[in-house]
Amino acid sequence: MNETNQKMSADDLEALLPWYAAGTLDRTEADQVEAALAADAELERHLELVREEMNEAILLNEALGVPSARVMENLFKAIDKERKTARTPAQGGLGAWLRDWLTPRTFAFAAGAAVVVILLQAGIIAKLSLGDRSEGGSSFETASAPSPTRGFEIGAFILVRFSPQASMADVTRFLDSRDAVIVDGPRPGGPGGMYRVRVSRTYLGKDELDRLVREFQSSNLISMAVPTE
Amino acid sequence: MQVLFARHQARVYRFVLRLVGNQAMAEDLISEVFLDVWRQADRFEGRSAVSTWLLAIARFKALSSMRRKPEEELDEEMAGAIEDNSDDPEVSVQKKDKSAALRRCLQLLSPEHREVIDLVYYHEKSVEEVAQIVGIPEATVKTRMFYARKKLSELLKAAGIDRGWP
Repeated sequence: MNETNQKMSADDLEALLPWYAAGTLDRTEADQVEAALAADAELERHLELVREEMNEAILLNEALGVPSARVMENLFKAIDKERKTARTPAQGGLGAWLRDWLTPRTFAFAAGAAVVVILLQAGIIAKLSLGDRSEGGSSFETASAPSPTRGFEIGAFILVRFSPQASMADVTRFLDSRDAVIVDGPRPGGPGGMYRVRVSRTYLGKDELDRLVREFQSSNLISMAVPTE
Repeated sequence: MQVLFARHQARVYRFVLRLVGNQAMAEDLISEVFLDVWRQADRFEGRSAVSTWLLAIARFKALSSMRRKPEEELDEEMAGAIEDNSDDPEVSVQKKDKSAALRRCLQLLSPEHREVIDLVYYHEKSVEEVAQIVGIPEATVKTRMFYARKKLSELLKAAGIDRGWP
């Protein structure tokens, strides 16, 4: 290495000192700087100057304080305002649409709407069922695909009343995780009504059904659960 | 969004305030910055740190707003923006208050030099990140930092503090 190269190398190392002091060099560069510092007292002195500058720059910036509360107020007002503006997937892409849609407020509204849909569906199921019975039949039919099968009648069932604070999402998650499905309801029986939930596609013994009932009862989403036919 | 705001608002505000030199304007701008971030959340690809992304947006907004304001007004506001109870450099030197003189000289740097100093020392940005935020090549970042420090030494020397560098 000739004299010029040594000088260049020293300049490069000197230029890296601010980042070395800030701890933002990658390991390779930091190692090179450390090796040079160990061998060069003048470079070490320059590093001290850099540290002085850094300390004062930090103090200066910290002394600038923080923004007032109005910034956050204005920001979230603006966000709320934009959220109120109808946004479709085509305008903002699926990600943007989902991001907007999945706000607590809209989520709660959507959950409520979903409950209405479910209740309506359950009502249709119940009506179909009653209709069948009045005509001498005795089986349930799915609302989406009426058929002569008796699929929903086979299995094990629990009569459930959901807690008023249970959201549709929570209920869906709870039932899905147990492969359970609402097959009827709401039936009279207190606020929100009672729902007949199929908890197994096959018949379950009393002990197993009781265990599931206890599991349902232990959930804070459910205010009441009893075995049913 | 609240977490992101709580975590980064102070640093973004200080960065913008150092650029625009006006507290009210800096506050308005950071509202806009975070609103943009909220709008563009799905565009963030995670290739850089969130803070780097925020500072790049903040810088763009600050420079745009400064272009809209009369130069004189900015200079006046810049001078009064940063509270500094220290004496002027000469008096500080008389008091052997090197730290206060250094802070005062840091404020006297050009916006370009002040920006790179802040990004490296205060915001702890790497060469690559500064290049991303400012929109210049990495080699230019190193050169700009070197000249910013050189200018700082010159200002200190003019104020009676010879650091023996460069």
